[in-house]
Amino acid sequence: MRPPFEQLVEDQGVVVWRVCVSMVGPDAAEDVWSDTFLDALRAYDRLEGGSNPAAWLTTIAQRRCLDELRRRRRRHRITERVAALPGPGWSSGAVLDETVAALVAALPERQRLAVAYRYLADLSYPQVAERIGCSVPAARRSAADGIASLRRRTASPTLEDHDGRS
Amino acid sequence: MDAADQHLGSESGVVDRLRSDLARRAHQEGLVDATVAYLDTTYLDTSVGRLLLAATGDGLVRVAFESEGHGAVLAHLAGAVGPRILRDDIAMAPYAEVVTAHLDGRLQGADVPLDLDGCGGFRREVLEYLRTIPVGETRSYAEVAREVGRPRAVRAVGTACATNPLPLIIPCHRVVRSDGSVGNYLGGVEVKRRLLAAERSMA
Repeated sequence: MRPPFEQLVEDQGVVVWRVCVSMVGPDAAEDVWSDTFLDALRAYDRLEGGSNPAAWLTTIAQRRCLDELRRRRRRHRITERVAALPGPGWSSGAVLDETVAALVAALPERQRLAVAYRYLADLSYPQVAERIGCSVPAARRSAADGIASLRRRTASPTLEDHDGRS
Repeated sequence: MDAADQHLGSESGVVDRLRSDLARRAHQEGLVDATVAYLDTTYLDTSVGRLLLAATGDGLVRVAFESEGHGAVLAHLAGAVGPRILRDDIAMAPYAEVVTAHLDGRLQGADVPLDLDGCGGFRREVLEYLRTIPVGETRSYAEVAREVGRPRAVRAVGTACATNPLPLIIPCHRVVRSDGSVGNYLGGVEVKRRLLAAERSMA
């Protein structure tokens, strides 16, 4: 028979918290902790009798932490990708993010949303399309147009002169 | 308090907060078989120590004295209603308020749903009868047996009282021996005596 879940929380709550803090830091640890115990509750019916609930919880927690770290890496990659767009002002530090944010905010609505969902929130194109309320190809196009526009706006004057845009 | 203790204190503070949040989210997802809370009664006139309260979605299902062993009660509850039991002080607050009212002499008006699904047959009949004994009065085990139509089942009435899942709320403490002595009580004979005295004075 499975023990009352409350007992698991009582016995393992602090240990799981420490695992989470050491893997993802105190800020993200709160969400990861909650997700861990919610996952465990959802799967509690399937926990085999005689298995070790502490080890089981730790496994779930570590999986959740890895998810969080992956998400973070992906976010970082995306930031880098947008930041790597060529042009003046894109080459360093904190100014960069503000510049990007301002430029993204200045895009036409559909492009702005598509870029935000795809490149900042890391949603898939079907998810982007669903949120905007358009087709998947249209979502792709809006995102591509938005990125192209960002490239143009951040390109050096020389380059702008070259391809004849402002 | 040294630095390590302080660290531990803030840690368990965070975890307590996360536990409340977990209970709330688990409720939203329908992942909860029962919620529990602990009620400290030591500040009340009629202190009965620390009580464990448990409720299902249908109502209050268990009130347990410390002497019953709260761990054992929780384990039994997991078998009876399901193991997805979470502590949730906020959800249990109305029940805690009613139990407090019973101990505090503010008996009338407080009403919460009770879940007696786990009690059937004769035991259920006895429990239902106990709920009709007015504040300030008592019945003997033999009288209860007569009232539920089984005059010879005095011993079974005793068992039903002794296994009352909702002591204080279902007033098994109002059942006494025919010779006038108070008889046994899960919460302790002294508690039973004090409860009866308090009820006599408020009735």
